[in-house]
Parts: sequence; structure tokens; C-alpha cells
Amino acid sequence: MVEQLLAQGFIIGVLATSIRLTAPMLFAALGEMFAERAGVLNLGVEGIMLMGAYFAFWASFTSESPWLGLVAGMAIGGLMGLGMAFISVNLRANQGISGIGIYLLGWGLSSLFFRLTFGAISGVAGFQPVNIPILSAIPVLGPVLFQHNVVVYIALLLVPLSYVVLFKTTFGLSLRAVGENPEAADTMGIQVYLIQYVCVILGGILAGLAGAFLTVGQMNMFVDNITAGRGFIAIALVYFGRWSPYGILAGSFLFSIVDALQMWMQVIGFGVPYEVLVMQPYILTVLVLALAVGRSGGPAALSKPYVRGGT
Amino acid sequence: MTPHDEPPRNPIAPTAAIPCATGRDQTVQFLEMKGITKRFPGVLANDHVDFQVRSGEIHALLGENGAGKTTLMRILYGLYQPDEGKIAINGKAVTIRSPREATALGISMVHQHFMLVPPLTVAENVILGLKSTREPWLNLGEAQERIAELGRCYGLRVDPRARVWQLSVGEQQRVEIIKALYRRAELLILDEPTAVLTPQEVQEFFTILRQMARQGQAIIFISHKLHEVTALSDRVTVLRDGQVVGTMLTSATDRQRLAQMMVGREISFQRYKDPVNKGEVALELQGVWAQGDKGLPALKGVSLTVSQGEILGLAGVAGNGQRELAEVIAGLRPATQGKVVVGQKDVTNRSPAEIIAQGMSYVPEERMRVGTIVDFSVAENAILETHGQAPLARGWFLDYQAIGRYAEKLIADFDVKTPSQDTPVRHLSGGNVQKLILARELSRSPRLLVAAQPTRGLDVGATEYIQKRLVEQRSKGTAILLISEDLDEVLALSDRVAVMYEGQVVGVMPTSEASVEELGLLMAGVKKQLPA
Repeated sequence: MVEQLLAQGFIIGVLATSIRLTAPMLFAALGEMFAERAGVLNLGVEGIMLMGAYFAFWASFTSESPWLGLVAGMAIGGLMGLGMAFISVNLRANQGISGIGIYLLGWGLSSLFFRLTFGAISGVAGFQPVNIPILSAIPVLGPVLFQHNVVVYIALLLVPLSYVVLFKTTFGLSLRAVGENPEAADTMGIQVYLIQYVCVILGGILAGLAGAFLTVGQMNMFVDNITAGRGFIAIALVYFGRWSPYGILAGSFLFSIVDALQMWMQVIGFGVPYEVLVMQPYILTVLVLALAVGRSGGPAALSKPYVRGGT
Repeated sequence: MTPHDEPPRNPIAPTAAIPCATGRDQTVQFLEMKGITKRFPGVLANDHVDFQVRSGEIHALLGENGAGKTTLMRILYGLYQPDEGKIAINGKAVTIRSPREATALGISMVHQHFMLVPPLTVAENVILGLKSTREPWLNLGEAQERIAELGRCYGLRVDPRARVWQLSVGEQQRVEIIKALYRRAELLILDEPTAVLTPQEVQEFFTILRQMARQGQAIIFISHKLHEVTALSDRVTVLRDGQVVGTMLTSATDRQRLAQMMVGREISFQRYKDPVNKGEVALELQGVWAQGDKGLPALKGVSLTVSQGEILGLAGVAGNGQRELAEVIAGLRPATQGKVVVGQKDVTNRSPAEIIAQGMSYVPEERMRVGTIVDFSVAENAILETHGQAPLARGWFLDYQAIGRYAEKLIADFDVKTPSQDTPVRHLSGGNVQKLILARELSRSPRLLVAAQPTRGLDVGATEYIQKRLVEQRSKGTAILLISEDLDEVLALSDRVAVMYEGQVVGVMPTSEASVEELGLLMAGVKKQLPA
């Protein structure tokens, strides 16, 4: 058994799988990071991912183009982000409660639509892996890093891109100020509500993309509750990663390795009930959140609706 | 020097006006507000106010709370629209609809509560909301250079790369001013800017303001501290009940006259005090340690005694442990080490009820959050501590008639202005809430009164009243620990003065031997009194 775990093929398999699993976590967590940096806690990521997953599946099934699937997932994600922005920014609803509402809505609607349109499990073509010339031939590193489909590369490139937007642009400075002290930002002429809308919608688009990746980039099918809590893990990753893109990358990779490991252990048959294995990423989430408590550093105005002139 | 070398940079910092000069004509009327009237439901906040500011002058705006200073400045800053009246900038009529438009016209405001983002750097705070020269990219390098240059011109020393949360309050205030200058403000509105500074910082701050005025900057200085107005301003405009009482050259007036104009009657600066008649020790602290809200030590071995019949004034810059000390004495914060004795009894880490039973009364710093329950009525707030005792209660039941009589008496005795005793405290003014709290606390004839910032934010009339009652109570034999950031108040009321700095008492002396300079040095932590 131990020899099996240490075999090169097994290790390469685990690492390659974990890179692939990282992609949806990165999309969802980076999106959530933008929303939270602007002061809006969107707990509805899971629901938005489910809607993105369904619509991407439906669109690529009807059009036979996985690209159109991604676009559809992002579109519905953006729409749900718009709804969340309206509820939290304009209506100033409690963000924890309304986020859970968005989650339940997304879950319910996605299974309803699926039953109405498909009813039974069916498959789509999905994305094919792209072997990057030369690099993919490198032993070990090649199969781990350079034999994925194009969306995985997009997810990885999104990390430095998010970093640059956040810390090197005026927009990034404005959104960080809004999440820390919206009143100060307002007096400096920053349009607080506009920034929050943009960030929450961006978060929705990325959550939709994360869901879309699950159906058309990873599993090539849709089942009820296909996300299985990944949206919530993404929110935990934002805390774990201290609201920074590279921290989120590290966290995503850590979770994905545990997830990939338990999958491969199921494959080779490890003599442990598979439910125990499936639990591992979630146990890790709880541990991480328990350890992260008390470490401050989040945006100071997170989940506090801003009212000009105060209350 | 070879021909290829660059010419050496001027090694002397440019103190001359060349890179700093604004080239503004200092005789020009920069701002003219004429006949400004603003009505709120039931209140005439500004009544045909005329107000002018020249470039290069420091113009003080003096008035009590509710006199209309804030309304007038909010109109100027675009937060309110006047019902009547005209505003002209540089002789041109303007309408100011938002702070954004005010900024575009060269008007900037430094708020009493700083509008800064603590995790960001100074430079990031300064350029917040501005277009960069390399849009959409930030240009922090350029901003840092300009901030350094402004710092040289006006003596506003601050590191543009430092994060704002690391800065002292005085430095944060400089950042606020740099923010305004960076936006090429020509008129700076300063709202009670010295409230947060030590006496030495105030001196330094005034030097900066005078320097700015010399460069052609127009400054409106809002204050109710008369000695600062007379020390700093070129002209002063006094507001009362929404009207201008007068505008005059500061050199042609004095504190007494200004106070009279502001309040509309004679104000005595002398607090009449009987000589101290010290009784038994009412409060003794022995090496008290306690943690602050963030889990770090806020008190580091505080020892103090207060005797009956004396006022011990505790001075210090905000955040040096005064609030935590008051809470430890009141039983609201655990002491980690040391001993608190009230009367003869050790009450260290006892419940507030037990400490109250020892004759302790407490006027907390936050009167609307800790001192009262704002949605409760005046009568209910009056009996918060005593509602379980006869005659207010009979057995398990409250006697509302007795409560009503009791509340009526407190309201009358302490001149609390309220529509009725059933009015929620939320609707009372700050001064009347404080009178109610003082009435409640003093009605128990306490052995010890801990009063934290008892007059902060109150107008001159209410301040005078509260201070008078405190001195009276002392003469009746109560020991009073007066915690105040207002050094003038501490000096006026106390028999002895103690100074806190970073969780320690760094000096105690009789008020008669205390000077503002020495207290300032103690408050800034520059000096520590040697144990006598």
C-alpha cells in the first residue's frame, strides 16, 4: 500500500489532478476576494457557482461549444452578482443572511432547470487538454503543470493579474479604500456604491466561471449540487489567504492536494470507507478557519453597509 | 568637477519661497458668503450670515455648539444647500452642490474625525480618488516626491511610505492637511483641529498654519477654545443662534469680550474653590495592570490615591490608558495585577454592583453608549442603578409614582431640559444627557466619583454647569477622579494633577505647582517626574 502511494505515477497523478482542481477554487476565491476587499461579504458564491455550472452545461450542450458554455456561466454569474449587489448595497440587507438566500436560490433553481431540461444525466464534450510545446515534455513537471486544458491556465494567470489590479492601479487603491473606510473614500470623491457594484458583479462573474469550469472543464456533466460545498471552501480560502491573490493561490493548492489525494486513494482502494476520504478537504476547511480566527487583517468595513452621513 | 558631471543639487533645503510660493494676491477676497440662510424643521440654523475670508489670512469661526458654525461650513463644503444667500469665490458667484465641487473650487475640509484609511500608506491616502498621471496605473513615486516637497515647504514632516496606522495623531493630522494641499486647496477649513493634540503639538501645528498663511493659503479655524483663537487668528467671526454677532481683528479684542459675544452673557473663567479639606482616602490603586481591547497591556502598574474632598485631575493624550483605568475602577474591566481599594474595602475585580455599594459613582466617557440606555426614558435612566431599592420598588414591583417623583426631583435639581420625564434619552442634547447622568450618580451621595471626559463635546453653558457641580460635590466631601483630555479643565478644577502616558502615571503634583509646559512634556512622554 505504502509503495503504491510513493510510486512516481501516483505522485504525478495527484499533483496533476490538484492543479486541475485548483482552477475552480481560484476563480471563485479571487472573485470573492474582490467583493470582500470592497466591503461586501457574498456568502452566495456556492449558489452562483451552481447556476453557472447549470447554464454552462446547458449552453454547451445546445451549442456544442464549451466556450459558449463558459460565457453563459459568466453571464448568469454576473446577473446573480448584480442581484447580490442590489440587496447588500442598496437595500443594505444583512449580508450573511442574504448570501445564504442567494445560495439556496441558486441551488434550487439549478436543479429545477436541470430536471426541466434534461432530467437524466448526460454528457458534454468539454475542453481538451493542451500540451504546451516543449514544456509538457519535461519529465514529472510536464504532466503536472503543462498538460491541462486552456481554462486552467487562465485561472493560474488570473492570480498575478488580480495582484496587479489590486495593488498597482488606481481602481485597486479605490476599492481597497472602500472596503476599509467607505466614509473616507466617499469624501475623497470615490463613488463607493459604484465600486461595490463592480466588485460584487465581478465576483459573481468569476463564481459563475468557477461553476462553468466544473461542468464543461472538469466533469463534462451536470448533477444536482455538483459544487459540493466548493463555494463555501472558496470563501474560507479568502480568509486563509489574507485577502491576497498569492495567499489564495497557496490555499487553493493546499486544499486541492488534499482533495486530489483522497480521490486517488479512492481509486487505488485504500481500505478506508470512501466517506472518510471525501471528508478530508472539509475537515481541513474547519481546521483552517478555526486557526484563522483571531488573526485580524480583513477589510475593516467588511459586511457593514455604507450609508452616507452615517446612522 | 568634470563637464559631464551633473551640477550638484542644492544641498540646502529650499526654505525660500521659490518652489513653494503660490503667487496668490494676499489682499484678495477669496471667499464671500452673503446673506446665507438655512432653515431646518423648527430651527433657523443660519440667519442671513455674512462671512468673508481673504487669501493668506487665518480666520477663526467662534461659537457654541448649535450656533450655526457647522451648518455654515457644511454649506460652504457642498453638503447642504442654502435656502437663501450667495457664495462667491474670487469674486465669481458659484453654486456648490457637493464636496467634489467644493474641492474643484479649491475648498478643502479637515474633519474632526480623520478621513484616513489606516492600512494604506500616507502616499496612497493622499492620492486616493485622484486620477493618476499614468491611468489606470498608480504613480506612487511621483506622489511621494510631491508629498516630500509639500512637507519641506510647510514644515509638514511625515514619511510618505509609512502606513497611517503607525502614525501618531499629530502626524495623521498633517496627512489630512497634505491631502488638502496636494489637491491645490486655496481655502482650508479646520474643524476643532487641536482637540487631539498635546500642548507642544499645538504649538508646532500653529507654526505650520502660520507658514501656510504666509504662502497665501486662506484658513478657517473653527474652535471654541478662546485662547487658541486669540493666539492664532488674524480675524475672528463670532456666531450665536445662527447669526453673526460680529467680525473683528483679533488684535482688537480679548478673550473676555469674545466669550461674552459667544454666550451672550458674562462668563467667569475663575472657578471659585474652597481650600482643600482632605478627608479619608476614598480610592487607592496599587500597581494596577490591565489589558486593553486588543489584548495588550493598557495599564502598567498604576498607583494613585484620591482622598475625600479633593479633585485629582488625570491628564493625558487620548489612548494612554485613561479609559481602561476608569473601567477597572468601575468594575467593567478586569485588573490582571494589583489592588483597587474603595473606601476601606478591596474591590479588585468585584462586580460593579459591589463597587457601587462601596459608594462609587461613575460618569463614563461615552454618555450615549455606556452612560445611558438611549431608548429608555429619562425617568428609567434616572433609576438604572437604584431601581431595586425602596421606595422605587416594592418587592418585585416598580412603584412608578415614586419613580416619577424621584425623576422629577432630579430633573429640577440638575436643570435637565427635557420635554417630559417619559422622553427617550436619545432625543436629549449632549449637555442634558450629561446633566441627567451626573444627577443620577450624585443623588447617591457617593464617597468617590469617577468622571471620564465629563464635558467633552458640550457647549460652554453646559460645561460651566457641570464643572460647577463637580466643584460643589468636592466641597461636600466627595473624592473626585476627573479624567480629561482638556488640560485647561484639569488645571481649572483639580487640586492635584496626575499625568498618564502609555499606561503609567508619569507624574503627580499639586495644581498650584503645575505648569502647562511641564504637563505637556509629561503627556508627550518626553519627561518623567522623578519620584519625590
